[in-house]
Amino acid sequence: MTNYFVIAVVVLVFIALIASIILYAASKKFAVKEDPRILQVQALLPGANCGGCGFAGCSGMAEALVKGADAGTIEGLKCPVGRNGVMSQIADMLGVSLAQSESMIAVVRCNGTCMLRPQVALYDGLHTCAAMNAASMGESGCGYGCLGCGDCTEACQFDALHLNSETGLPEVDEKKCTSCGACVKVCPRHIIELRKKGPKGHRVYVCCMNKDKGNIARKACNAACIGCGKCEKVCEFEAITVADNLAYIDYDKCSMCTKCVDECPSGAIVKVNFPIYKKEAKV
Amino acid sequence: MKLHTFRVGGVHVKEYKITAEIATTSAPIPKQAVFPLSQHIGAPAKPVVKKGDKVKVGTLLAEAGGIVSAPIHSSVSGTVTKIGTTIDASGYRKPAIYINVEGDEWEDDIDRSQTLETLVNHPELTPEYIVESIKKAGITGMGGAGFPTFIKLVPPPTAKAECIILNGVECEPYITSDYRLMMEHADEILIGLDLLMKAAKVEKGYIGIEENKPKAIALFEEKTAMDSRIQIVPLAKKYPQGGEKQLVDAVIRRQVPAPPGIPVNVGAIVQNVGTAFAVYEAVMKNKPLFERYTTVTGKKVAHPGNFLVRMGTPFAEMINFCGGLPKGDNKVIAGGPMMGKAVVSLDVPVCKGTNSITVLTDEDARRKAPQPCIRCGKCVEVCPMGLEPYLLATLSVFGEWERAEAEKITSCVSCGSCQFTCPAHRPILDNIFLGKDKVMGIIKSRNKKNDE
Repeated sequence: MTNYFVIAVVVLVFIALIASIILYAASKKFAVKEDPRILQVQALLPGANCGGCGFAGCSGMAEALVKGADAGTIEGLKCPVGRNGVMSQIADMLGVSLAQSESMIAVVRCNGTCMLRPQVALYDGLHTCAAMNAASMGESGCGYGCLGCGDCTEACQFDALHLNSETGLPEVDEKKCTSCGACVKVCPRHIIELRKKGPKGHRVYVCCMNKDKGNIARKACNAACIGCGKCEKVCEFEAITVADNLAYIDYDKCSMCTKCVDECPSGAIVKVNFPIYKKEAKV
Repeated sequence: MKLHTFRVGGVHVKEYKITAEIATTSAPIPKQAVFPLSQHIGAPAKPVVKKGDKVKVGTLLAEAGGIVSAPIHSSVSGTVTKIGTTIDASGYRKPAIYINVEGDEWEDDIDRSQTLETLVNHPELTPEYIVESIKKAGITGMGGAGFPTFIKLVPPPTAKAECIILNGVECEPYITSDYRLMMEHADEILIGLDLLMKAAKVEKGYIGIEENKPKAIALFEEKTAMDSRIQIVPLAKKYPQGGEKQLVDAVIRRQVPAPPGIPVNVGAIVQNVGTAFAVYEAVMKNKPLFERYTTVTGKKVAHPGNFLVRMGTPFAEMINFCGGLPKGDNKVIAGGPMMGKAVVSLDVPVCKGTNSITVLTDEDARRKAPQPCIRCGKCVEVCPMGLEPYLLATLSVFGEWERAEAEKITSCVSCGSCQFTCPAHRPILDNIFLGKDKVMGIIKSRNKKNDE
């Protein structure tokens, strides 16, 4: 009886020995040398895997960062979620310099609320912006504005976009928005833009994407940019250009004087986060 | 006798051909005509007139803007008021030419007589001349899709055409414009077919007609009794028999390969009967394509009918002519209820592909709330392309583009049989449509990359 046990144990030990030798040899021979810094960098990254950096996930970004550091610079690589804090930590760890870049925020460039943009048709199909965009210009007469089905709010991983039930437009939660750009990619009308956050969060931008001629745009929506060019003329910094009946403000040139906001006849240019002056408040 | 039909899938839809026995009349000329520059598949046409120009009926307004494109001719006489934009059947604003109508003066070289010109009387017509005339007249497929006709007649060197199949199926509910055309202009259609056969250098012609038009079948059989080259094929009633791939299968029992395969790969060129009529008028009467047979129909429309409509007439004028929009919400569709496109505005003009203006009541048009898929497989059963619609729809929702491509999402012909038959009212076609668009984009960019 005992013989069987002994034989079994001996055989198994023998097999284990051979297997361990093979495994040891294989692990030595086929070892993948991974830069330990990649794991360290990945630990510093937020781990949201949102893809806002342009890579598939945080590990891809970490690899790219280490590779960049070896080449001498990590300019151009940026984690929109971690922003400057995380990026400077990583830069310190990898021993490269990094210029501070301004943080960005998603901006919804449509102001066509239900009040300002009358409904002219009824859409009864699949309730997503993509389907509605493929079918027709939507329920309003504007072929460029927000469709209000909330594809962007679905796409947001950070709970930073919500549809306002009164206006029907998505609103960005400034505290939560990480400027990952998921909403920008998913919007079929390309209304959402990543703009620089601005000093103290002050921003001035054209809140419209309508490229139709003035009369047609105005008919479809009371808040539409009609391409009149008044803002272009009033701007002292040449920050505003009007192309295809639509004004656009170049952030880098804009000095936030807000003259264009007062000049715009349709209220398509908006300023956000500016303090309300007493004079204005009275009016 | 067992009637032919396509072999895979298909659904039976109610006909509602309420205008079938109403003879065609001329629609009134509009006060202002609007000509969208992209009425066809391919590059938009380029305008050759400018604001203030005087035009006559038949004057060239815009020339072809590329290889796959078609010129556009004026259907009215008057003054060009502007080159602006108009909402077209796509639901978006597109460039268009506006003409204010003054009188009704035709270009001199258009033969307005009713005499029948046969090919026997004109043996001098060469295939090249016919193709060139078709190209110059701006003829595009009159069945709805609007593919420039002359391109179909000159197949790629790898394929050889063996026959022309005329599509007189009209499987969509409500529409009767092709049926009326067949009843009223059978001779012209047959000469048109003759011209198409000569242009494509083939010796065989088929005309596929569904069994629900017995008068048309009898009429054409009588007229072609002496002509052995032309065969009338009565077809069993099934939707979407009017799709060219289904028609090829039904008539000559051959299956068109998956995209980029086209009917000519199996030797067939499919043309609508309306196209054949337009070809006759273009070649024999020198009349460019500027008017067409259109049905204005709907259960609640006061005076539905079939009309010879000048292109550029806004839908609103046609509907008003037929007694105005019924009370309440309506769905106005350019085309039929199965594959037509609902319009967002009645300013949309009648274009080359507008075979019908269908007004559905709110009750008929409303969708029912979608319910969970129970995997009953009805959509798979009815898909005329042999696809699995429920799967394609799900793949599209989850963005599985590679798998969707492998499952041949690009073969979908958007006939809507799956959605029509779905007992859970799921928006199958909407999802497939989005996915197909996306996958086509991916394939296109990949091909571009490979070319570089």
